[in-house]
Amino acid sequence: MINPPASFRWLRRVVLLVLAVFTLTPVAVMLSSSLKPLRDVQGPWRWIPSELTFRPYVDIWKTVPLAKYFTNSLIVAGSATALSVLIALLAGYAVSRYRFRGKKVFTITVLSTQMFPGILFLLPLFLIFVNIGNSTGIALYGSRSGLILTYLTFSLPFSIWMLAGYLDSIPRDLDEAAAVDGCGPIRTLVQIIVPAALPGIIAVAVYAFMTAWGEVLFASVMTNDQTRTLAVGLQGYATQTDVYWNQVMAASLVVSLPVVAGFLLLQRYLVAGLTAGAVK
Amino acid sequence: MIDRPTAGQEAAPQGAAPARRRLREKFGRGALPYLLLLPALLAELLIHLVPMVTGIVMAFKQLTQFFIRDWSAAPWSGFDNFEVALEFNAPVGKALLHSFWVTCAFTVLSVGLSWLIGVTASIFTQDAFRGRGLLRAAFMLPYALPVFAAVITWSFMFQRDTGLINHVLHDQLHLTSDKPFWLIGDNSFWALLTVSVWKSWPFAFLTLTAGLQNIPRELYEAAALDGAGVWQQIRRITLPSLRPVNLVLVLVLFLWTFNDFNTPFVLFGKSAPQAADLISIHIYQSSFITWNFGQGSAMSVLLLLFLLLVTAVYLFATNRRRGEAE
Repeated sequence: MINPPASFRWLRRVVLLVLAVFTLTPVAVMLSSSLKPLRDVQGPWRWIPSELTFRPYVDIWKTVPLAKYFTNSLIVAGSATALSVLIALLAGYAVSRYRFRGKKVFTITVLSTQMFPGILFLLPLFLIFVNIGNSTGIALYGSRSGLILTYLTFSLPFSIWMLAGYLDSIPRDLDEAAAVDGCGPIRTLVQIIVPAALPGIIAVAVYAFMTAWGEVLFASVMTNDQTRTLAVGLQGYATQTDVYWNQVMAASLVVSLPVVAGFLLLQRYLVAGLTAGAVK
Repeated sequence: MIDRPTAGQEAAPQGAAPARRRLREKFGRGALPYLLLLPALLAELLIHLVPMVTGIVMAFKQLTQFFIRDWSAAPWSGFDNFEVALEFNAPVGKALLHSFWVTCAFTVLSVGLSWLIGVTASIFTQDAFRGRGLLRAAFMLPYALPVFAAVITWSFMFQRDTGLINHVLHDQLHLTSDKPFWLIGDNSFWALLTVSVWKSWPFAFLTLTAGLQNIPRELYEAAALDGAGVWQQIRRITLPSLRPVNLVLVLVLFLWTFNDFNTPFVLFGKSAPQAADLISIHIYQSSFITWNFGQGSAMSVLLLLFLLLVTAVYLFATNRRRGEAE
C-alpha cells in the first residue's frame, strides 16, 4: 500500500492486536497452565499461579507412557513423510517434464482424492486390514505399518500436486543443459532437479509430517496399546474422576515443540512452495 | 488450476536440434513417465481406489458386527441402507438430515470467517513494519500446532467451572448471568466454530500472503500517483489480483471444513452434542458405536456424492466467470 493515512494505520494496529490476542491466547494458556500445581487448574481459572512448578513436566512421562507414544508418532510420521516425498517427487517429475497418455486423467484423479472425506476410507480400510490379518497373518490393523500406509492417503495427492507445480517453475534449460552433458533422466532428477527443487521438497515434507503428526481419526481406530500415537495417547491424562489439566497442557506443549520448531524454521520454504506450487 | 499446462508444451521448437531431442523424448522414452508414476499409481490404488470401491460395495450390504471378520459373507441389502439414510421422517434419516444442516451452517460460517480474517490479516501485514516477522510467525502458530494439542487446550478453556472463557465472560466482564456450558448443549456450536476459525484462518493467511507477493509494487505506485487512496488500492489492485488464489483457497477450505473430524472429536469425544453433530462424527458414531458398517458406508457415499456435486458446480461456475472476464 502506498501513502496509507493515519486512520488506516490505526485500524491496522487495532485489528492486528485483536488477532494476535485471539491467536496467542491458547498458547499462553498452554504455557501458563503447564507450570501450575494441580489445585490451580482444578478450581476456577486464575491468571496468576499460586506457585510456579515444573512438576507437570516430570509427571507427564509417568502418568501415561508418553515416551512410547512419542516414539510411535515419530516413526509413523517420519516414514509416511519419507515415502510420500519420494513417491511424489517421481510422480511430480513425470507430470511436470513429460507428455504422456493419461496425464490429465492421472492429475484429475489425484486431485479429486483430496476431497474425499477421511471417514469414507476409514470403514473399508478398517475391514480390509482386519481381513488381511485374518487370512494372511500380516497384522496391518493395530500396527504402525498400517498407519503409515494410511497416512500416505492424506499427504500424497497434495504432495504430487504441489511438487509438479514447483518443478514447473524450474527452468527447463537446466534439464536440457544436463542432457547435453550426457545426463540420463534419473541423473538429471537426482543431481539437477532435486537441489533446485529443495524448497518445494522441504515444503511438501513439512506438510506431510504435520498432517501425520496431528491425525486423530485413523490413529484412534487403527492403533492398540503398543502402537498408540500422541494424538490418541494424550487423552490418557483424563482419569475416571479427574483431568490432570496441568499435565495435559505440559504434554501438549512438549509434543507441539518438534513440529512448531520445524515449521518456524522452514516456513519461508513453505511460503515459497505455496507460491510456486499452489498459487499460480 | 487443475488443468495446469506444462510450461514449454506450447513453446514452438527453436532450431532443429531441440526439436529432434523432443521427438526422441516423446517416442524413445515413452515408458519412462509411466515408470516414474508407478509407485504413485500403486499407492493410490492401494489406499484410495480399493478402499473406495470396497466402501461403495459395503454400502449395499447388511454389514453388522456379526460380519466384521469376513465382510464378504454379509448378505446383500440392495438400496436398503440408502433408503434408511434418506427416510427423513424416521430416526436415522432425521438425525442424518439434522447433522447435514449443522455441517452446512458450520462450514459456511467457518470458511467465511476464516477467509475474511485471512484476507484482512494478509493485507494488513503486506507492508513492512517493525515486528512484522514476529507477528506473521505468531499468526501461523495455529496452523503449525498439532490439532489434538491445540483443540485440547481449547477444551480446557471452555470448561464450565475451571475454564478461562467463563472466567472472563462471567467473573470479569459480568456478561453472562450464570456460567454457561460450552461443550454440551446449544453453545457447543459456537465453541466448535470458534476453534475451527482459530485453526483454519492461518492457512488462508499463509496462502494469501504468498499470493500478495506476486503483485508488483509498481501497480500500487502507479495507482497512488493517479490519486487512488488506500481503500481504492485494495479494491482495485489487491482483491482482483487475489482472485485466482481465492478460487482455490475457498474450495480447499470448504472441503477441509466440511470433512473435519479431528476438531469435534478432540473437543467433544466420540459423540458430539446435537447442536455440533458434524457429519464425519455422525458417520463415525453410526458405524463404530452401533457397529452398522453398511449404514455408515451408505452415508459416506451420500456425503461423497454431495461433495462431488458442490465441487463440480463450483468449478463450473468459477471457470465460466473466469472465461467471461477474459
